[in-house]
Amino acid sequence: MTTAGLVPFHLLLATAPASLVDRITFGIGATIVVLGAIGVVISRNPVHAALMLVMTLFGVAVLFVEQGANFLAAVQVIVYAGAIVVLFLFVIMFLGVDREENLGDEPLRFQRPLAAALVILGLVGVLLLGFGAHWSTGPQSVAGPAQNQHGGDVAALGKSVFTTYLFPFEITAALLVIAVVGAVVLARRPGTTEVDTDDFIDHGGDGPPTAEPAPLTTPEAVVESTESVARAVAGTVSGARERPETETQEVSP
Amino acid sequence: MTIPGQWYLALGAVLFSIGGLGLLVRRNVLVMFMCIELMLNAANLTFVTFSRMLNDVGGQSLVFFVLVVAAAEVVVGLGIVVAIFRRRKSTTADDLHLMKG
Repeated sequence: MTTAGLVPFHLLLATAPASLVDRITFGIGATIVVLGAIGVVISRNPVHAALMLVMTLFGVAVLFVEQGANFLAAVQVIVYAGAIVVLFLFVIMFLGVDREENLGDEPLRFQRPLAAALVILGLVGVLLLGFGAHWSTGPQSVAGPAQNQHGGDVAALGKSVFTTYLFPFEITAALLVIAVVGAVVLARRPGTTEVDTDDFIDHGGDGPPTAEPAPLTTPEAVVESTESVARAVAGTVSGARERPETETQEVSP
Repeated sequence: MTIPGQWYLALGAVLFSIGGLGLLVRRNVLVMFMCIELMLNAANLTFVTFSRMLNDVGGQSLVFFVLVVAAAEVVVGLGIVVAIFRRRKSTTADDLHLMKG
């Protein structure tokens, strides 16, 4: 194979006939994928839909292995089935929407036939274009070969991600941070913008009561409030030392 | 030898269509999210197939990035779903007509 230059698309499609094992693997994987996808769409219970999604993801992982992308198959199972679907199930259980929903009622009358017609039209168009058109694709290889590399696909993928795609990789770090911050902001209840720090201070039963926290405007006030907190903590410790019996009585039921 | 690539491409197209159909007909926001995941997986399958056909590891790198974007998207999307559910006690997309003219 050449490493540069335009290659007609139909030449890429011409490969040697597949072996029986490959055919069986592809057949089973494709069946699992399609059945799982249909199950996601038609299942009434969201939990069942999530489990069908797991089935589809495992089928896609099988097809990844079949095509030599072993690392991506492992990542697919770990990240998708292990993290994303678990997140889905967590939210379903958290919201308590794990009950059957009625798929019969349809507020928009022509929505389903129209959607089906649209999707079938798009699918047939894509398949016809894919098998009929003779496009020229771009350069044969831009990020290095994937097959028959020293270290397997893991080394090839790692080299590609950390050299050719280093800047996008750094951008994903920023993206993940933004996602975390966004999730925290979204999950915060409205009205609880500030945390009351007085709740964290254990006043220690009979210990000296802490003073009213002064407004933290001057350095003196900061020092004063810090001292009051220190006094409260010391009172807690001394109280625990003086009254061990009462402490244990409070703890034990 | 291995399965010819156009079988995988056709399977990816079918998977993408099923996901798109589910996104269009379902009303539960959570199930719509799952259908988006199906479409992302169809794109991933196509990327890996082209990576094998062109013998270029760039397709697999793109799958890697799609995985990251999918994880971030699910986190933010489910956060929005939880925030909406607090207010409206529903995960049906039809109930979100506050901005309807």
